[in-house]
Amino acid sequence: MIAGARLRQLSLIAAIWAALLLAPFWMPPLGGYTALGTRVLVLALAAMSVNFLLGFTGVLSFGHAAYFGLGAYGAGFALKYLAPSTPLSLLSGTLLGGVIGALLGSLIVRRRGVYFAMVTIAFGQVFYYIAFQWSSLTGGDDGLRGFTRQPLDLGPFSIDILSSSDAFYYFVLLCFSIAVAVMGFILRSPFGRTMIAIRENERRARFLGIPIERHIWIAFTLSCFFMGLAGALYALVNNFADPRGLHYSQSGDFVMMAVMGGMRNFWGPLLGAAVFVVIQDYLSSITVNWQSFLGLLFVLIVLFFPRGLLGFVRRKSEA
Amino acid sequence: MTQLLLFNVTNGLIIGAFYALMALGLSLILNLSNVINFAHGGFLVLGGYLAYTITPYVGFWGALLVAPVLTAAIGFLVERVLIRRLYGRDPLYSLLLTFGLAFILEDGTRFIWGAQGKPVTVPAILAQPLSYDLFFITGYRVFMVIMVVIAVALLFLMLRFTRLGIRIRAGTLDLETVSTMGINVGRLRSLNFAAGIYLAGLSGVLAAGQLGLEPTMGTGLLMPSFIAIIVGGVGSLPGTLIGGLLIGVASGLTAVFLPAASEAVIYVLMAVILLLRPRGLLGEEGMLT
Repeated sequence: MIAGARLRQLSLIAAIWAALLLAPFWMPPLGGYTALGTRVLVLALAAMSVNFLLGFTGVLSFGHAAYFGLGAYGAGFALKYLAPSTPLSLLSGTLLGGVIGALLGSLIVRRRGVYFAMVTIAFGQVFYYIAFQWSSLTGGDDGLRGFTRQPLDLGPFSIDILSSSDAFYYFVLLCFSIAVAVMGFILRSPFGRTMIAIRENERRARFLGIPIERHIWIAFTLSCFFMGLAGALYALVNNFADPRGLHYSQSGDFVMMAVMGGMRNFWGPLLGAAVFVVIQDYLSSITVNWQSFLGLLFVLIVLFFPRGLLGFVRRKSEA
Repeated sequence: MTQLLLFNVTNGLIIGAFYALMALGLSLILNLSNVINFAHGGFLVLGGYLAYTITPYVGFWGALLVAPVLTAAIGFLVERVLIRRLYGRDPLYSLLLTFGLAFILEDGTRFIWGAQGKPVTVPAILAQPLSYDLFFITGYRVFMVIMVVIAVALLFLMLRFTRLGIRIRAGTLDLETVSTMGINVGRLRSLNFAAGIYLAGLSGVLAAGQLGLEPTMGTGLLMPSFIAIIVGGVGSLPGTLIGGLLIGVASGLTAVFLPAASEAVIYVLMAVILLLRPRGLLGEEGMLT
């Protein structure tokens, strides 16, 4: 029985990677386009970063868009003002999101539950206002423009990720894989197990002498670094950093992706992001009232599929 | 300079009173039901638009009385049909639900009343400045403050002296015990939710007279009331009131010296409070944490 579960899990992972690796081949015939796949990957990374906290540490951050947006602006600033280098921009976005997350995290982690959620939302909004007001630096409402991702320079040859959307997809997939591997590695480490212990029973973990606040702070910070990377990639996808990427409604979207896919599952947010992006894309192409339908989707998921798609499938298969 | 200072402090107090009114509604719902009502801004806008629609029939004063009640009735229904299914589950779900509801309310408002903003006229006696020197204190602003004072006073009297109010306060402290004493907690929560939404609707009607109406205005007003609650301390209604006034005055004062930062200063204030006193000004240790 355990061997069967293991086999099923391995085949699921193999299927996921096969689908991701071959996306530029199967997406266009199905009516998609590779750039859509790139967007799904980036948003999935963001949703998985949120879930790193939400699903595996059990703390609800509803302001993670801030670190996503900071990552995007960090990447944009590096490309625009520092040097035309894609790796540098990714590094700078990741650092900006992560470091600010670490600083704010130290203020936030002492709270729990709804209070934690409220404080994360409110702090998240700070950066939205800064990006909005400080238009000489950030471009204000129009967003940060005037930069483009640069070809990857690998010594003897360079890869053109700007004009070839397939090459860019594989570049993003590479970044995604590295980030996800690191995330998986952390979750399997003793630290990751402790995070899950905190989620399951915080009081007991505290009695065992685990410094809860420090663990949550580290988890929060790590999650912000991943978020910063996702944001930096998103800036490269669009060649543009949008203040709306910092807004709390974006945070809500990320949480929704995680919940919709299944937040107790490592791969849930990936599925959630894919479904969410496709639905949003489709709704906004058929109706101007797509917002209402999206809101309705939120309500229906919460009421009828609180465990998400993967949780639903799992329960069906067990029953 | 003195006049500028006076102008901005008064302005801040008025805005703060308004934030407090909105935040009190949020706080009521949060304290008893542990639900962060993201749709509060949506209900606020709904209240404003309902007032706009019924004003031709019942007049400004009639709308002021009726529109918040209508909004509260809609809130009551929403609680009965949707939100009550989520009590006892992770607060994440009620958060996502009200988040989706906020989308629906905003888009619904746009669908019914149009994306274009609507100007709102207030009765002539309220529209004129009170005196030439203090030109910025229009009658409407004074009226707004008076309305907030009346509403807050009634709310606190209700919580202090009526049976419903005492039950709400008791439920905030220990809902389980209240339930074992034979009180219908489900109904208590519905009424409490409706009371919170009533305050949102009233805020909407008052805001409409000052700012006009726009479908998106709720989102912008929601965040300051969150901060009012955090600054004042989660779990404390007087705290929320003080928090609202405080952030209003802080942003008014900042507007004198550094207008661009008047929005950001309330976040700085929140960070300072969280650093020095993580539970907020009047927050109880152990409440909802």
